[in-house]
Amino acid sequence: MKILVPVKRVLDYNVKPRVKADGTGVDLANVKMSMNPFDEIAVEEAIRLKEKGVATEIVAVSVGPAKAQETLRTALAMGADRAILVQTDDDVEPLAIAKILKAIGDAETPGLVILGKQAIDGDNNQTGQMLAALTGWAQGTFASAVNVEGDSVSVTREVDGGLETVKLKLPAIVTTDLRLNEPRYASLPNIMKAKSKPLDTKAPADYGVDTAPRVKTVKVSEPPVRSAGVKVADVDELVAKLKAMGVHS
Amino acid sequence: MKTLVWVEHDGSAVKDATLAAVTAASKLGEVHLLVAGTGVDGVAKAAAQIAGVGKVHVADNAAFGHNLPENIAPLVAELMASHDAFVAPATTTGKNIAPRVAALLDVMQISEILSVEGPKTFTRPIYAGNAIATVESSDAKLVLTVRGTAFEKAATSGGSGAVEAVGSGGDAGISSFVGAEIAKQDRPELTSAKIIVSGGRALGSSEKYQEVIVPLADKLGAALGASRAAVDAGYVPNDYQVGQTGKIVAPEVYFAIGISGAIQHLAGMKDSKTIVAINKDEDAPIFQIADLGLVADLFNAVPDLTAKI
Repeated sequence: MKILVPVKRVLDYNVKPRVKADGTGVDLANVKMSMNPFDEIAVEEAIRLKEKGVATEIVAVSVGPAKAQETLRTALAMGADRAILVQTDDDVEPLAIAKILKAIGDAETPGLVILGKQAIDGDNNQTGQMLAALTGWAQGTFASAVNVEGDSVSVTREVDGGLETVKLKLPAIVTTDLRLNEPRYASLPNIMKAKSKPLDTKAPADYGVDTAPRVKTVKVSEPPVRSAGVKVADVDELVAKLKAMGVHS
Repeated sequence: MKTLVWVEHDGSAVKDATLAAVTAASKLGEVHLLVAGTGVDGVAKAAAQIAGVGKVHVADNAAFGHNLPENIAPLVAELMASHDAFVAPATTTGKNIAPRVAALLDVMQISEILSVEGPKTFTRPIYAGNAIATVESSDAKLVLTVRGTAFEKAATSGGSGAVEAVGSGGDAGISSFVGAEIAKQDRPELTSAKIIVSGGRALGSSEKYQEVIVPLADKLGAALGASRAAVDAGYVPNDYQVGQTGKIVAPEVYFAIGISGAIQHLAGMKDSKTIVAINKDEDAPIFQIADLGLVADLFNAVPDLTAKI
């Protein structure tokens, strides 16, 4: 079984995003960029399925600028077998990405597509579900456990209030939540090896997908700032202040 | 504009997140609801009472019993022929279903809206709430999810919606529900609690969480929360997690105990009305947003607070 793993290059999660002064977006010039953390978990899960003998080949895909090659090389260094970069400098929305992935899926016929549940830049949480709609496949979102059993996969999902398990017919879409696994670091020899793994470069037009945005960003602003209140000296003062607010047993 | 709001329910009652979605939808136009599941007559009746509701579409079918998006999304897409906007609460169920509906309609969804600025213009958080985007849709129909803490809850009485059965749809045959482990708590749900008591890594163990945090929550009738660090350390289950990767909450009073205040955590609770922080590190970032801060050893201060409150 082949597994398709889409990955996105995003602002590193340790970097505090700065809103540009002109309100057009978040400043991405000269800041550290990395693979979206949920996508790392997706790559790791695919590799584990290959190590278990469930998967035979892992294809990493990214839709993004030329520099997204680095993100794909990271996936290859972790253990993906080959990569496809659908190169564009446009900011491609989840719906268009899902359409590109659908076209790649038609050509590659994977048994599973494993995606991060959301990218930590746009926080849309849409691409996996949209791809599932376009392919007509079942979806197991926010996964904390994935078990392939014959022609189906059982996915344990992190839902409000606890966990839920669903059984999906293959091929299927899985999106990852944080507790699914802890991604490995690529070893130096594997980073070297990744340089010679195949990486194809394509364009959205190769898949006949129009990437023109449907949603216009009017402006991006700083969130309202919450200022610090007062420090209380001791528990008694805290109790008095809370009681004055009507907070008591 | 005619909106169709997804009613999240537990089989007997409408969940609070739905009420915020109704408020958001009412800013766009006429509010219709969709109640899907099995044996949902009671839910449909309760839904029809929600203030401002025009019509309640009821899809009673075993295939809709466990909110499987493979079965629900085609049902919603069909109903959208006579509606202009699909509005779902940004719960795990809403997030699971809405994008599948959007793609079936060839619409780009707008996720987790914080406000309605115009018929097609909304604000929403990006970068874990570190920036707020104002966005405008150019699609013919809208698909939205609504952040529950950003809108008032619609009143659960005063409405008189007409209940109408929807006959279509069924099992797509590609997915099935196996089981669920939903933590049963004899206290308010995190996302709708008036008071939340959250503990962090400084507690040091699951036992200390039980010993220090739980009694205060019991005394105040509060919900229990935790930082991601406390969850990762195994002090409490994941569904206690408040933060960008957990639940987004906005109670009247939020107690952050032994929580340093990582950006990740703040993103989940900074809209609380009053934030109370207890931490022995006076430089902890949590104090920069706390309304009431107490620099103290939590193991002494919290039991003292519990005794005196």
